Amino acid sequence: MDFATSSPGYAAPAPSGPTTSVKIVVAGGFGVGKTTFVGAVSEINPLTTEAVMTAASDGIDDLTKVPDKTTTTVAMDFGRVSLDRDLILYLFGTPGQNRFWFMWDDLTRGAIGAVVLVDTRRLADCFAAIDYFEDAGLPYIIAVNCFDGLLSHEMDDVREALSVPTDVPIVTCDARSRESTKLTLIRLVEHSMSRFAAMR
Amino acid sequence: MTGGRTRARYQLALEALVSTTPQGRNPGYGLMPEHQRICELCVEIKSLAEIAALMRMPLGVARVMVGDMAESGLIAVQQPGAAEGKPDLALLERVLLGLRNL
Ligand SMILES: Nc1nc2c(ncn2[C@@H]2O[C@H](COP(=O)(O)OP(=O)(O)O)[C@@H](O)[C@H]2O)c(=O)[nH]1
Ligand SMILES: [Mg+2]
Repeated sequence: MDFATSSPGYAAPAPSGPTTSVKIVVAGGFGVGKTTFVGAVSEINPLTTEAVMTAASDGIDDLTKVPDKTTTTVAMDFGRVSLDRDLILYLFGTPGQNRFWFMWDDLTRGAIGAVVLVDTRRLADCFAAIDYFEDAGLPYIIAVNCFDGLLSHEMDDVREALSVPTDVPIVTCDARSRESTKLTLIRLVEHSMSRFAAMR
Repeated sequence: MTGGRTRARYQLALEALVSTTPQGRNPGYGLMPEHQRICELCVEIKSLAEIAALMRMPLGVARVMVGDMAESGLIAVQQPGAAEGKPDLALLERVLLGLRNL
């Protein structure tokens, strides 16, 4: 893929003003296509960053109260998209294990919103992510990853099964396609804009 | 090596941007190897998450190190467009335009 020519400003000289970053979260169950989605649109091969939590994962964060420290490592994939010479979008995939909520706060703070990837054969895998974003008030859209190009549910059935509000967009996507992931991200940003505009 | 560990001055965002300052480009002698590598890495702007991944450091370690290096003037840190809450509409417009132009 030739990112140098497709990303404006990627090979351009450093801009004079400060560069701004924004981020979008890509959530969903294990194997639903999060890393594939990030990689399809990222200008770098997805990188992995690890957070180490030195405590039990059940909300104990004061180490002095934990006699034998347990350490847990949580890995997150992410990619980067230069949107302009002074604007960089980062895409973060959520960790596979939903129970590591401490990482989700870091992931979602200041985010534009989230794409919740859904595999219709395993709808329940995304319930926890949807609950989290609803509670956090973070705008999100549902993107049904069409494995094999086949939908086993109608869209209205998906909405009902996930019981998401009617104003939450549900789209289909192919996580392997740059064009499809791009359109999905555009839909999310439009949704976030209408949410933020309505809040003012 | 991770002085200032307990200080919560820098709760840097994952996507906070880091760039090497003129001082960081010519730091003289005695720089810690990790600091030197981060200075080299961030001649081209990098996010905190990228630094952690490329340095193969846990995020928390990178966070503290970047905070220390900013304090000693080796690097400059740019918190993201939406550090305190939500990105504003003008910024979202730019994101939308950028995505459409991809
Ligand atoms: N057929 C098909 N396979 C996909 C699609 N998206 C992802 N995959 C495959 O599904 C597997 C899991 O994807 P991955 O991105 O690693 O999922 P993650 O665990 O959510 O990060 C990989 O083998 C992908 O190649 C899709 O749209 N269609
Ligand atoms: Mg993955």
